[in-house]
Amino acid sequence: MAEHIADQSHMMMHHRAPARTLVAKYVSLLLVTALLIIVLFPLFVIVLNSFKTETEYTNDGPLSMPNHISLDNIRAVWERLDYTIKLRNSLFISSITAVVGVLLSLFNAFALGIGRIKGRLFFLIFFAIAITLPQEALAYPLYYMFKEVGLYDSRWSIIIIFSVLHSAFGTYLLSSVFSAFPMELMEAAVIDGCNKLQLLFRIVVPISWPSLSVLFVFFFIWTWNEFFLPLIFLVSNANQTVPLAVSMFQGQRGAAATFQSTAALLGVLPCLIFFILFQRTLAKGIVAGSIK
Amino acid sequence: MSYKRSRGYAVFLIPGVLAFLLIVIVPFAANIGISFTKWKGVGTPEWIGFDNYEKAFHDELFWASFQNNMQLLIAMTVIPTILGLLLAVFLYDNITHHFGQRATSVFRAGFYLPQIMPLVVAAIVWRWIYQPNWGILNWLLDAVGLEQYQRNWLGDGDLALKSIMGMMVWFQLGYPLVIFMAALQRVDPQLYEAASIDGASWIQKVTRITVPLIRPEIYVVILTTAIHAMKVFAPIYVMSRGTRRATIVAARFSYKNFFEVPQVGYGATIATLLTSIIILLTAVFMFIQTRQERRENQ
Repeated sequence: MAEHIADQSHMMMHHRAPARTLVAKYVSLLLVTALLIIVLFPLFVIVLNSFKTETEYTNDGPLSMPNHISLDNIRAVWERLDYTIKLRNSLFISSITAVVGVLLSLFNAFALGIGRIKGRLFFLIFFAIAITLPQEALAYPLYYMFKEVGLYDSRWSIIIIFSVLHSAFGTYLLSSVFSAFPMELMEAAVIDGCNKLQLLFRIVVPISWPSLSVLFVFFFIWTWNEFFLPLIFLVSNANQTVPLAVSMFQGQRGAAATFQSTAALLGVLPCLIFFILFQRTLAKGIVAGSIK
Repeated sequence: MSYKRSRGYAVFLIPGVLAFLLIVIVPFAANIGISFTKWKGVGTPEWIGFDNYEKAFHDELFWASFQNNMQLLIAMTVIPTILGLLLAVFLYDNITHHFGQRATSVFRAGFYLPQIMPLVVAAIVWRWIYQPNWGILNWLLDAVGLEQYQRNWLGDGDLALKSIMGMMVWFQLGYPLVIFMAALQRVDPQLYEAASIDGASWIQKVTRITVPLIRPEIYVVILTTAIHAMKVFAPIYVMSRGTRRATIVAARFSYKNFFEVPQVGYGATIATLLTSIIILLTAVFMFIQTRQERRENQ
């Protein structure tokens, strides 16, 4: 570690140089900052115009500061979107899908990664191919099947489909994590008389918890972001998700610009919250992975 | 591990495999089956052999949709990968060294921000920006005196796909950037130092040192984004209606045939062809990657 720091300070000395480099240093900072401003600009204007009245928008343009922060748009669009219902649907669908998807992946990977059952390679290739399949190639038969069994326009249709689809990736990931699992622990547990189910839930699950939580976060966000299949399956207002509702929002005569930016903001906001909430879990997961 | 101990695990595969059979295998096989029929979604499908495939081959809209997917490949794979690579190295070289890790983290998070939202929401944001009458893009052009460049960005057939591509570059950039920045941690700074002393230019350092070292990550980024470019649906669906020649893509075309026309058999044909292309793409990439790895190990 000390060596590493010494190395770095040596490099910094090396880099400390004449005025030309100093200029270059700030020019490069300026360039990157300019690019960042361009990238953040669309989100900035969406936020800015969600707190304005339509009159302000028409008179002062999209770049003016709102005269006062008004939550009227948020309130109005919230109501028109039935946003509370949509949030509840999205949370319900995404969290159950994530739990079921992780469980399916866990069972599969327990058999493949730890059990190393016969035909292991065949199953792994099978799941790997499934990861790449486009949903378009499954959409119509699934639509037909779920209509037949009366699950069309039900949140459960989306939960069932995505927990299975996501489990392909989960199986693949967990199998490779499990292939490096400390086998001495398992042997000790078997000697103590653990059966397979106990082995899974008392030993494998606690030890691989970081990988499982990363997987949960992935599945949750992926499901939240889905559009194609929810568009097909969730037709009634009471079942729709946040992205679906936002995409269908039309605004209102005389309040098109501000209402539509507010709708977009309501689409972005939950994801921003998840990003902030989950960042730690993801970082932890990556660290845990690298220690292994 | 002894044979005896590895018994009793297979039973854990049962729920996963059954679910897979029901949700993936059976529908996938059914879709292929439907692609050989003429079917409106009701009544009995009529077996017509390869007619749908022949129809696709002569269908101008079919070729237009795959052409548009190829254009989206530029916006979703080619530009973000190159730009992401250059930006990652630039941040690593100029910002981390002079302003520290924290400054780099701020930039990385900022560039990544568009990636956290659903693609469809990103499309809604940009539909708002591109709106011809009150959208901010035309307003800005007017404000800086360039009103002759004002356009109906998504309504004009010649421009619509380009406008969508602009949005896609913005949306995708953060993904390769984050992956490449993580990969750069592996690169020994002394290699750069040595190259600088030998008089290598910045671009030379990137292409000769960085690219070979982070090649595995570059492959992953190219493959995943290329698959996304083949599957793209949501932005096309919400930004333009996406059923005309100018912006139609394979996924949108199959959706149209499944649910709007409906010609379910033909929709299934397009979906099957799309799947074949994606699997082919993946196989080719895997092949190139393993060959490359083998060559490097020798």
